[in-house]
Amino acid sequence: MALSLTRAAPALTLLALLGPVAAGLAGTLAPAFGLMPALGGSEISLAPFRDLLDWPGLPRAVTLSLFTGLAATFLSLALTLLICAGWQGTRAFAALERVLSPLLSVPHAAAAFGLAFLIAPSGWIARLIALPLDWERPPDLLIVQDPWGLSLIAGLVVKEMPFLLLMSLAALPALRPAQSLATAQALGYGRVTAWAKVILPRLYPQIRLPVYAVLAFSISVVDVAMILGPGTPPPLAVQVLKWMNDPDLAMRFRAAAGALLLLALTVTALLLWRAGEGLSARLASRWLVAGGRGRADRALRRTGLGLGALSAALVLLGLAGLAVWSLAGLWRFPDLMPQGWTMRSWMRHGTELLALFGRTLLIAATASGLAMMLTTACLEAEQRYGLRPGTRALWLLYLPLLVPQIAFLPGLQVAALLTGIDGTFGAVIAVHVVFVLPYAFLSLSDPYRALDPRYAIVAQALGKGQSATFWRIRLPMLLRPWLTAAAVSAAVSVGQYLPTLLIGGGRVPTLTTEALALASGGDRRVIGVTALAQTAAAFLPFALALLIPALAWRNRRGMRHG
Amino acid sequence: MIRRPMRNWLPLGLAAALSVTTPTLAFAEADPADWDAVTAEARGQIVYWNAWGGAENVNAFIGWIGDLAQDEYGVTLEHVKLSDTAEAVSRVLAEKSAGKDAGGAIDLIWINGENFAAMKRQGLLFGPWSEDLPNWRLTDPEANAALTADFTVPTEGLESPWGMAQLVFYFDTARLPEPPRSMAALAGWAAANPGRFTYPQPPDFLGSTFLKQALIELTPDPEVLSAPVDEADYAAATAPLWDWLDALTPNLWRQGRAYPQNAQRMIQLVADNEIDIGFEFNPNAASNAIANFQLPDSVRSFVLEGGSLGNASFVAIPYNANAKAAAMVIANLLLSPEAQARMASPDELGFGTVLAMDRLSDDQVRIFDEIPVGIATLTPEELGPTLPEPHPSWMERLEEDWTARYGAAR
Repeated sequence: MALSLTRAAPALTLLALLGPVAAGLAGTLAPAFGLMPALGGSEISLAPFRDLLDWPGLPRAVTLSLFTGLAATFLSLALTLLICAGWQGTRAFAALERVLSPLLSVPHAAAAFGLAFLIAPSGWIARLIALPLDWERPPDLLIVQDPWGLSLIAGLVVKEMPFLLLMSLAALPALRPAQSLATAQALGYGRVTAWAKVILPRLYPQIRLPVYAVLAFSISVVDVAMILGPGTPPPLAVQVLKWMNDPDLAMRFRAAAGALLLLALTVTALLLWRAGEGLSARLASRWLVAGGRGRADRALRRTGLGLGALSAALVLLGLAGLAVWSLAGLWRFPDLMPQGWTMRSWMRHGTELLALFGRTLLIAATASGLAMMLTTACLEAEQRYGLRPGTRALWLLYLPLLVPQIAFLPGLQVAALLTGIDGTFGAVIAVHVVFVLPYAFLSLSDPYRALDPRYAIVAQALGKGQSATFWRIRLPMLLRPWLTAAAVSAAVSVGQYLPTLLIGGGRVPTLTTEALALASGGDRRVIGVTALAQTAAAFLPFALALLIPALAWRNRRGMRHG
Repeated sequence: MIRRPMRNWLPLGLAAALSVTTPTLAFAEADPADWDAVTAEARGQIVYWNAWGGAENVNAFIGWIGDLAQDEYGVTLEHVKLSDTAEAVSRVLAEKSAGKDAGGAIDLIWINGENFAAMKRQGLLFGPWSEDLPNWRLTDPEANAALTADFTVPTEGLESPWGMAQLVFYFDTARLPEPPRSMAALAGWAAANPGRFTYPQPPDFLGSTFLKQALIELTPDPEVLSAPVDEADYAAATAPLWDWLDALTPNLWRQGRAYPQNAQRMIQLVADNEIDIGFEFNPNAASNAIANFQLPDSVRSFVLEGGSLGNASFVAIPYNANAKAAAMVIANLLLSPEAQARMASPDELGFGTVLAMDRLSDDQVRIFDEIPVGIATLTPEELGPTLPEPHPSWMERLEEDWTARYGAAR
């Protein structure tokens, strides 16, 4: 890595992204205040906000978004920590780790469809009961789309828990948890208590950004909320999308105002969370040193494992349900299995999707490669030159995560059109980088900063230059979190729908644009085919991220976690 | 609701007049009156047709049209599959915002109703062109008013029709012997069978259509619906609808605390035996679902007494489209008897044809006579009269009120 380039990396990254982010933000801000010349909005006004406030569903939609977002994040985090605390380093943990990549690869919408088919009153679980009880009709129960968003929360937790677990797994080895745990347990602390007292305070700061990302995502999520969430009214993000897609183009002003409100909600939730962090730290400070060895250890361990297994089972069973649907002929309630089987759904759609595999993965590899290079260069600049302030300004990178995509994109699209790059392969990759980079950054930055600086100091004392220190010490030691960040980035790229469609102008179809269009017909058979195809595409990078370190460190015990 | 400033409404007539008086400007590139020039220009062009991609039979039909266009006119058709037509509208809007007034990414959009009204209002459409297409002569706009009035909004040559659709209900004869055949009977039936009926949540297109169908049956004077809502006594016209819905809602699926998102979800609910009656804005929907293994072959269709809502599907060309000539060639192909007969076949789409049989040659009529009847598709006689759509402003108002009453407070 050239010295000057590394030094310039934070500035370069900012510059590269400032344009798109500013354009996206302008595309949200301007119409929210009545400005959109193409629709005749030429004067600044607060009418869009007044209009938004007049919408009768607003209080409930806002409450719902906050509640489901905070609850899903809290439960995902609690479950992740409980599993790590109780089982890290055991065989059960290794088993959970093995199903992690499939869990992560299932697209959110597919997982939600699968879950809905499991838990609906006419779903697979109900059919198990219906057969012996001879139910002819499913009970008229409000399970999916319940007004409190409980099934929505469940749908988010089963997908976000694996993400946080992956982030924890990437961060843990550098903390050398085995030694600390052994010491604490030798002093008589229970396993979970020991973990909570000696590992958690050091781990949490490292997974803080991913937790924030989960929170922001859960509040602004649209696809999962449309499938599992309530509709009368829906969470704010879904409603913003509906306004944005309303045939009445004047609704776009209200949609932009709604998007800004959603941004404010996300920031509020993050501040609340931050306050919660401070409060927990204060409450825990006495407990940490009070010497309590922990009592309910066994129950906690069992709860953690049970809920973790349940959560994994829900996703995998849901996926199995979709796989069966993709091969199903007629399949009605209360049959447990289809009346007939057919390959027709695969023949019709499988070949179309297969043709797009190569391009989808190429875009993902390039976008995540670029994002990882920029991220690594920025973090390396921070290590070498202490360019912390430059890096701190990089919080701007997170804006694409915080502003709902649907409102962010029109501005981005106009910018792409103005520069003339729109509709090209390169433009699609560039817009993917905008949405992928935040994930690359938040996945890698904490483990990068947490690496013990003494390794580098020793290397330099032994006469190695900056470059050699990076290539021979830092990068190899960070191989696992680096690959994890790359895999997360690639999977995020694979999943991009609206950016690909709108910036690509329909000229650059990918697996996801095709899959979502096909699945909009709502037939579970088609959804089954597209879900499995998308899962396969996202599976590859995750599998590699777990496989490569295992191979590279097969005879390096110190590099394994646990 | 944002009230659009009046100055946006005024120039409409002016713009129409301008486009007539300055045809050289508007048609510098493609004038459908000179059809030979259009086909010559179209050769070698690529048409990006943005159309909903959620139905296999529609995708296959568009693919077939593409092959035909390649063989006969050397036009390449690319189907850009969308999950929502709004994505195409967004795209054109962004292009206009960026000042990209030529060479746009979209050449043809499958469109109708509110989307058309909005794009027309904002000047996002190219034209007039559709009434100069050679095959337009095969239609009879006098007899079929839906071809020139899309949800009562005059098409003014800005979009070309390609298929007729009508609101049709379906049910499983193995589970329900006799369905209710009017809105009043439906409420009574739901009271006797609570939890077995629902409709997609407005403003979903089909859910709003259901509200309009009910309104037409229940309102004291249906005549007022064809004029903008501001010109009528809205409260008096809709009071019977709200009374009826207040009585119906507690007997709906999930007691009206949740609604299916769209038409496709409703098919699934019938298959899962969660509800007994479904409906679609396509007379062939039940036959299609049977062919796709979604519903059993004991499902049949019916329409309400007194007729049901119907309208046409159109294609429109954005004002800045790149391949306008080739797009017109595709629109004209869609109006050809060969394509219309294929579209009307229940094995393909099962949409009604937009052509007038008395404008066709005997040979052409024969193609239509040979179309088989779908297992759960009604004959044109059984389909009965088509009710005209109310003015789009009614739909907007109904959707808002519905949301306030049933969609937000629960």
